[in-house]
Amino acid sequence: MLKTFPETLVSQLLAGNRRALARTITAVENEAPESVEILKTLYPYTGRAYTIGITGAPGTGKSCLVTALTQHLRKQNKTVGIIAVDPTSPFTGGAVLGDRFRMRDLSGDSGVFIRSMASRGHLGGLARTTYDVMRVMDAAGFDIIIIETVGAGQNEVEIVKAADTTIVVEAPGLGDDIQAIKAGILEIADILVVNKADSPLVQNTVRALKAMLDLGHRQRLVAHHGQLMAQTDSTGAPEYDFREVPIIQTVAINGQGISTLVEAIDAHRSYLAENGIRQDRQRARLQGELIARLKETLLKNLLDTVPDETFDQLIESLLARQIDPVSAVQSLLNPQRPLS
Amino acid sequence: MENRKIRVLIAKPGLDGHDRGAKVIARSLRDAGMEVIYTGLRQTPEMIVEAALQEDVDVIGMSILSGAHMALTPRVIELMHESGLDDVKVIIGGIIPDEDVPALKSMGVSEVFGPGTNTDDIVKHIRTVVSV
Ligand SMILES: Nc1nc2c(ncn2[C@@H]2O[C@H](COP(=O)(O)OP(=O)(O)OP(=O)(O)O)[C@@H](O)[C@H]2O)c(=O)[nH]1
Ligand SMILES: [Mg+2]
Repeated sequence: MLKTFPETLVSQLLAGNRRALARTITAVENEAPESVEILKTLYPYTGRAYTIGITGAPGTGKSCLVTALTQHLRKQNKTVGIIAVDPTSPFTGGAVLGDRFRMRDLSGDSGVFIRSMASRGHLGGLARTTYDVMRVMDAAGFDIIIIETVGAGQNEVEIVKAADTTIVVEAPGLGDDIQAIKAGILEIADILVVNKADSPLVQNTVRALKAMLDLGHRQRLVAHHGQLMAQTDSTGAPEYDFREVPIIQTVAINGQGISTLVEAIDAHRSYLAENGIRQDRQRARLQGELIARLKETLLKNLLDTVPDETFDQLIESLLARQIDPVSAVQSLLNPQRPLS
Repeated sequence: MENRKIRVLIAKPGLDGHDRGAKVIARSLRDAGMEVIYTGLRQTPEMIVEAALQEDVDVIGMSILSGAHMALTPRVIELMHESGLDDVKVIIGGIIPDEDVPALKSMGVSEVFGPGTNTDDIVKHIRTVVSV
């Protein structure tokens, strides 16, 4: 393949070249050496797009919902970048990325750009580099970026850190309704969607969701050194999020309920802006990122100075119970101090 | 720490029938560690090339049963050229008469795989033509 210099790629991307955008995303997704320079150059152009995360169990209709939502946003003349994450097979490292198949009605529109990503072994619903790919799309100038997570139906908390508005999608008839609504997934929802509202069972799902929401106030997840956690007594009085989470019924395959959903997104967007929450969240997100990157770099720098044999010896000593893990860390940090 | 994967778009252009064959290929490529973007039935050349561009794939694989290969293929290749995708490889699977194969290859198709092709051969071919 022809090698294009990162500067050329970036200036083409900023000029609206879609091929340059696609290739930049690849470099960033692959963590290619030039991606460091690319992300550095693009950073000043980021922070403009509004990001919407869509998560929920497999088959609830996330991809169809992304399609319907995008069609609606396009009527409002907003450009839309879509990142659709599907799981990588843990056995082969390969993936079949099928979300795009459900988004075929969006083809031929130059105001839309769809990119499929494999999770590449990362847990939490996104790929390791999804956030950086979002930044690339942001710099490319899309008004809205929509991210569809891996459909695992639990533990997709990562999307909260990446998105301004997080939508959790449920659908009737996916076995036990309560079972599908695992603890944790409700806490992350800014908006709940019950899709497939053309099903006769829809009211059961809506009722189950309402009951769960009524169980108590939602504890707001706060960022603490880069980790989202519910506030506990040790960090002061818990902060509750009193905003009511709307439950919206949609039929993604015919567009029913989508305008109500868009209104709910706009309302949430205003809520974030009026209360300074978007800013707070961005600060927390950047703080988290800074700490995560710092950890990674410090660890790498340290390990680079430790010879493999020293490391292996230490593991043997741990196995033989000659040293405990905390002391092992101390000895790595202070190599001049002899092992006791 | 670069983590490069071969990316392949699998499409089923034309108006005919089913996509069982295309799905089998998609799964074998996944099992060979590739990332496969599956776009399904009734893809127009425009849709195929647009998807290949956005997904930045290394290979476009088309499954064609309808006999429309001599019409669809040059159109896809023309659009690829217009979009600057000349370095993307094209492979074709399906029912293609032997006498059409040289013409397809002279258009720029990298290989044609008939019915009953061992999927390992497709994997091997892709690994050969795509430099990772
Ligand atoms: N009846 C009905 N079917 C729907 C609706 N929305 C989606 N579907 C169908 O549900 C199936 C799954 O839709 P997708 O959009 O692929 O679901 P998904 O959540 O993206 O699935 P994964 O990405 O695999 O987790 C498809 O067969 C859709 O046609 C709806 O509102 N009503
Ligand atoms: Mg999907």
